[in-house]
Amino acid sequence: MTDVSVPMSSSVFAIAGGEIRSWSPSLKIGGAIMAAIVMAAIFAPWIAPFDPNAQDFTAILMPPNRAHLFGTDNLGRDIFSRVIYGARIDLVIGFLTTYVPMTYGVVLGAYAGYLGGRFDGVLMRVIDVAMAFPFLVLIIVILAILGPGVQNIYIAIFIVAWTMYARLARAEMMVERTKDYMTAAEILGFPKSRIIFRHGLPNVINSSIVFSASDFVLNIVLVSSLSFIGLGIQPPDPEWGSMISEGRDFMRQAWWIATLPGFAIVLTGTALALIGDGLASRLGERHHTMI
Amino acid sequence: MLGVTICVFLTVHLVPGDPIRIMMHGRIGDKEVAAIYQQLGMDRPLLVQYFDFLRHALAGNLGTSLIQKAPVTTLVLEKMWPTLMLLGFSAVLAVQFAVPLALIAAFYRNRWPDQVIRLGSIVGFAMPSYWIGLLLMLCFGLWLGWFPISGLGDGAVEKLHHLFLPSLTISLFLGPILVQSLRSSMLDVLTSEYIEVARAKGLSEWRILIKHVLRNALIPVITVLAVNISWLLSGAVIVEYVFGLPGLGSLLVRSVGYRDYPLIQGLSLVFAALVVIVNLLADLSYMLVDRRVLKA
Repeated sequence: MTDVSVPMSSSVFAIAGGEIRSWSPSLKIGGAIMAAIVMAAIFAPWIAPFDPNAQDFTAILMPPNRAHLFGTDNLGRDIFSRVIYGARIDLVIGFLTTYVPMTYGVVLGAYAGYLGGRFDGVLMRVIDVAMAFPFLVLIIVILAILGPGVQNIYIAIFIVAWTMYARLARAEMMVERTKDYMTAAEILGFPKSRIIFRHGLPNVINSSIVFSASDFVLNIVLVSSLSFIGLGIQPPDPEWGSMISEGRDFMRQAWWIATLPGFAIVLTGTALALIGDGLASRLGERHHTMI
Repeated sequence: MLGVTICVFLTVHLVPGDPIRIMMHGRIGDKEVAAIYQQLGMDRPLLVQYFDFLRHALAGNLGTSLIQKAPVTTLVLEKMWPTLMLLGFSAVLAVQFAVPLALIAAFYRNRWPDQVIRLGSIVGFAMPSYWIGLLLMLCFGLWLGWFPISGLGDGAVEKLHHLFLPSLTISLFLGPILVQSLRSSMLDVLTSEYIEVARAKGLSEWRILIKHVLRNALIPVITVLAVNISWLLSGAVIVEYVFGLPGLGSLLVRSVGYRDYPLIQGLSLVFAALVVIVNLLADLSYMLVDRRVLKA
């Protein structure tokens, strides 16, 4: 991050440029695709040729053509515009469902790994129980109780998703705890919270960051799966999964409704997985993505 | 496992909202609601209910479905086989193409065939299973007409025919994870001393890979399969729903739709049990692949 040899006069952009040049190809390509998708989401109103929810009954189920790049659906809505707007919903959901649980998961795991004892024991039992359930099944069960909808998806995922990060951080912290610099901090008489946050966390967070890239992918897929089975985002919001679900009934007449939004998910997922891949090789071999 | 039962029990019982009222959409009065609760034994203290639930679960009785009026155990057992067959078939398919691809990737490590396989795995990993399912359905089911697109036929051959597309869908999701973990564990094995010996004997690289490396690299793969059983089951839920297979997953989605709480409770318990059992089996199977574990 900090390059001491860079002269003081060089601009921030030059430092950033130098930083980017040192990235691996997968990090560069993944970063570029991801930047493009984020841009598309931010500038959706200027990029999308149509209003995503505008219905046009003169243009129902039109195959992809010049005016409608991805065709139109059963209500005459432009699928390309809906895919662009969908990026807003999916990226926000993916981001929140990944990084909110990561924050407290890592902190809890770091504490458990450092303190050990009863706190660690209880936390690990809770994690074991949560991990015994297939992730999607647990989310579906919680949603069955809370009812469908975006807000409840957040609650369900926040309840479950931190466990993986807590496990990662705990395992790393148990290794770090025995190292000399930690002992030094202890001898200096620093309070435990300071040792954990200032000395421990920076050294245990890398594996979680690497993991979070592939987790981001899985969360987007998960939330769109939930929308697909009708527990997630409710129509008419243009979310990729629910668009695929809506198109399912028209597979015979109009293949493009269900198939084209899927490419948006694949593209986003590939970009994120590439970023995770690049980060893994940059931050060290011992950190693993899910793939 | 005890923790799992407590968790299942509590999630279903401690939630705000009143299942009976929701089911009846306010069509019945307070007195009737109370009567139904009494009939179901749901007015007793929570702890008593929990021990009842546990005792019955141990005896194989998971309660009665509120909607279908049939014992949950019967419903679950009935739907278990399609799901298990689906998982088994997908694991077989995934291993079929993961092993050769991983061998190629390890042989050409860090050269273009390896890079291509790696990129392919990343793209495969990012594809949502329901979407692949729909694409396969569209291609092989609707356009080419090679495979049926929904349901489960009668007889073994019919069933395999029906299960092929769903299994392929799951294996396309599982395969990439297998390829990458097999590749990296083969590269680990390649650094060990007995490989040096094999090289010094002048064996060809392919022979070393297949004869000496693959077998030793298989253990991590079993772990990967076991660790991912929870993801596999998640995938199976969606895939069963897409292909209309009568398995545990589509039963779960349906019971959620009807808010059939005893059924949801029983199903989540069965799913958790499957995960625990598979992990246990994986631990046991290490001994078959690697005798060294036995001595340890």
